[in-house]
Amino acid sequence: MAAESGSTVEGSWERPTVFYNKKVKYLIYGLILLFFAYSFWNLRISPSRFVRGIGAGVELITSMLPPAYTPSQRELLIQGIVESIVMTIVATTIGIIVSVPVAIMASNNLSPKPVYYVGRSIVAVTRSLHELIVAIIMVKAVGFGPLAGVLALAFKTIGFFAKLLAEEIEDIDRGQMEAITAAGGTPVQTYLYGVLPQVMPRIVGLSIYRLDINLRHSTVVGIVGAGGIGITLLNSFDKYDYQFSMAIIAVIVAIVMVGEGVSALARRRIQ
Amino acid sequence: MSNSTDSWSRFDRRERLLRFFGLLAGLVILVAAWRAMEVNYGYAVTAPRELADLFGRMYPPNVGYSRKIVGPLLETINISILGTALAIVMAIPVAFLGASNTTPNKPAYLLGKFIISFTRSVNVIIWALIFVVIFGPGALAGVLAISIRSIGFTAKLIAEAIEEIDRGSVEAVTAAGASPVDVLIYSIVPQIKPAFISVATLRWDINVRASTIIGFVGAGGIGVPLQTEINYFNWEAVLTILISILGLVLISEGISAYLRKKVM
Repeated sequence: MAAESGSTVEGSWERPTVFYNKKVKYLIYGLILLFFAYSFWNLRISPSRFVRGIGAGVELITSMLPPAYTPSQRELLIQGIVESIVMTIVATTIGIIVSVPVAIMASNNLSPKPVYYVGRSIVAVTRSLHELIVAIIMVKAVGFGPLAGVLALAFKTIGFFAKLLAEEIEDIDRGQMEAITAAGGTPVQTYLYGVLPQVMPRIVGLSIYRLDINLRHSTVVGIVGAGGIGITLLNSFDKYDYQFSMAIIAVIVAIVMVGEGVSALARRRIQ
Repeated sequence: MSNSTDSWSRFDRRERLLRFFGLLAGLVILVAAWRAMEVNYGYAVTAPRELADLFGRMYPPNVGYSRKIVGPLLETINISILGTALAIVMAIPVAFLGASNTTPNKPAYLLGKFIISFTRSVNVIIWALIFVVIFGPGALAGVLAISIRSIGFTAKLIAEAIEEIDRGSVEAVTAAGASPVDVLIYSIVPQIKPAFISVATLRWDINVRASTIIGFVGAGGIGVPLQTEINYFNWEAVLTILISILGLVLISEGISAYLRKKVM
């Protein structure tokens, strides 16, 4: 980094470091570099293969362009995209409906300790498995098709939504809940009028955000047979029909970007 | 909120109507979406039995198999680390382009924004498909897929950190007679370093998860044996792999959270 250590000024300044001293700092940097080198060596990536790959890649990319499709492929493409969008909507809705009680369970100010731990474990389990792995299990459970994808996406939604909503619930103002209780509200009314209004903006914002994420995921769960455009994409790759693959990817990028734009716009309006 | 009548109501008539029709439209879309899926309810009914059957076959996990997955697990970790490192190397210039205060000109700024948006909108598994076609099956394709996919995320967050730096510090270093490189080293880098480390570890955490599944399309890692065992209906081995993935993800999440807490 800096080569200024041989400064002429007496008592020259040196940048402070978070480590104990400079030696430790360079030792740690060195170790990190060594570790990267080991990782690289361990993957046994040969440079010649990389270079050959670049050559093949250029050839391949030229064969991929321009994106193209036949009329029957166009049908497939539209069908797949519509299925992805439909799955997104249904999965997000189901996921949110299930998430709200889980979020209440997983917030330590509203739930007793045992319930809190149950809620937290549900969040942890639903978060840690990748959506494709969940999709595989769901495909086994309900067979090939969009239902498996919907269940997988809804399952993944719980971990995300309940976790963030629980954090929001933990930050609420207890005074409002107490006010409702003091006015003679039942527990249900306390939740409806004391808690819900406080977290509603967050619920709406998170829903829109999750809709965006689910849209992205719904385009790939098809790779394991869980519906959507993914299976069409995988088939086109298996058939070496790269021009069609590119067309599909272009459409996916387009709808994902539109989704992202709409989601960002909607969230900005709410806040 | 109108106070014209005696009884209080939260919304006036127009708002109520708007909310009612909004809700109605939402419901209609939902029902239409559900019907468009053409769900086969016969399959849905048997789902609990199928799941029970699946877990019955999975349990107990095949302990002996765990020796065979050490290699793929290490490969998964290596892919995630190298992918993240490569992503950061590529993301830094993109971040400087995409930050409004360091970008050289408007077209460069838009280019930076486009790269950020484009790399993010293609899922990692699609990048993996593309790189498997180009470089053949193996970890190389995985590393490249992970790194390209991560550019958008890392560059976006680093760019935000760059935009939030304190100009005063830059001016002070410049006033002391520093060259642009010195300004970078003594003013900009120290200010974005914490954000940089937290972005890197956060992305690494995400990439560990991603690198467990890119093997489904042949891009190396634990996903390859997982896919194989699923195809052979070797469910006990599948559970072993799933448990190992769960462990890996939890550990990486712990490490990442620790490092982020340390720099924040």
